Amino acid sequence: MSSAGTGHIVSPKIYIVIWLILLVFTGLTVFAAFQNFGILNPIIALTIAVTKATLVFLFFMHVKYSPKMIALVIGSGLFFLSILLVLTCADYISRSWTT
Amino acid sequence: MSDSHVSTLPAARHHHDPALLEQFDTIEQQKDVSQLGMWVFLITEIMFFGGLFAAYLIYRNLYNPAFVFASKSIAISYGAINTAVLICSSLTMAMAVHSAALGARKLLILFLVATLALGGVFLGIKAVEYHDKYVEHHIPGPNFDFNYERAENHEEVAPADVAAQTSIFFALYFAMTGMHALHMIIGVGILLVLIWRAHHGAYPPHHYTMVENFGLYWHFVDIIWIFLFPLLYLVSRSPVH
Repeated sequence: MSSAGTGHIVSPKIYIVIWLILLVFTGLTVFAAFQNFGILNPIIALTIAVTKATLVFLFFMHVKYSPKMIALVIGSGLFFLSILLVLTCADYISRSWTT
Repeated sequence: MSDSHVSTLPAARHHHDPALLEQFDTIEQQKDVSQLGMWVFLITEIMFFGGLFAAYLIYRNLYNPAFVFASKSIAISYGAINTAVLICSSLTMAMAVHSAALGARKLLILFLVATLALGGVFLGIKAVEYHDKYVEHHIPGPNFDFNYERAENHEEVAPADVAAQTSIFFALYFAMTGMHALHMIIGVGILLVLIWRAHHGAYPPHHYTMVENFGLYWHFVDIIWIFLFPLLYLVSRSPVH
């Protein structure tokens, strides 16, 4: 976890494997969009997007090999993003509710 | 960040590295701090795009039929090819950072140039897409007309109210892809500087933080597109919805 020394050097093999997985997922999300899964369609699309983003974060952006402080900063940022999205949507969904 | 360099202060001061700024004990500490700063900047970027994503989410729920119509009118091939182009550019960027770490200057320049070229391809395809939107009268404003020549082209004509609402989708489409493209243009500009400086040997293997932090920025811009692609191009492509 420590970045002491010259820093962790990731093998190019890992980069190429991640690159291939990202390309496959891109094809998969296009394919899934043409199928009718009803309400699951956007959920599948977002699950694939989140998976791809996580792979980029962990490997291309070296979060997996970075100090824990970096993961903490990202985690807190995503927490605030979730407040923005979840509370805003909760307001819009529930505003028309009447007792 | 790291606790291993607490006792190394006198040693680090003795053989002074010109790249080491005086407020840091070691080059590793300097690099950790610099990367932390870069991540904090990227968090502000996530929050910035987060606002656009929140607006998208709300309007997609309010005007779902319009979003389905509008999303279907965008050519899926451009978006899919651009996604692949950006993923490839992320690979070349990661390889550029890797080359810098190994001190392979020629490879570093090669991969930076490849990243620049792929970024250029992305922006070129984006420009073609924007031109298509212009020709189709799909740019929000006085000339906006979602159904313009759709009947002539044997495309499904949207009901008048839905057609008017599609301008909300296109406003978000241009705001989000435009902001993303602006980040790409800034990235291309910084890449030109990096290539120039790398050519002059500015990034030795013990001090290439600038390349590494730019890599973080480039991958971040890729991540934004990874979300924009399904949200804008793939709202609903199935024949029945």
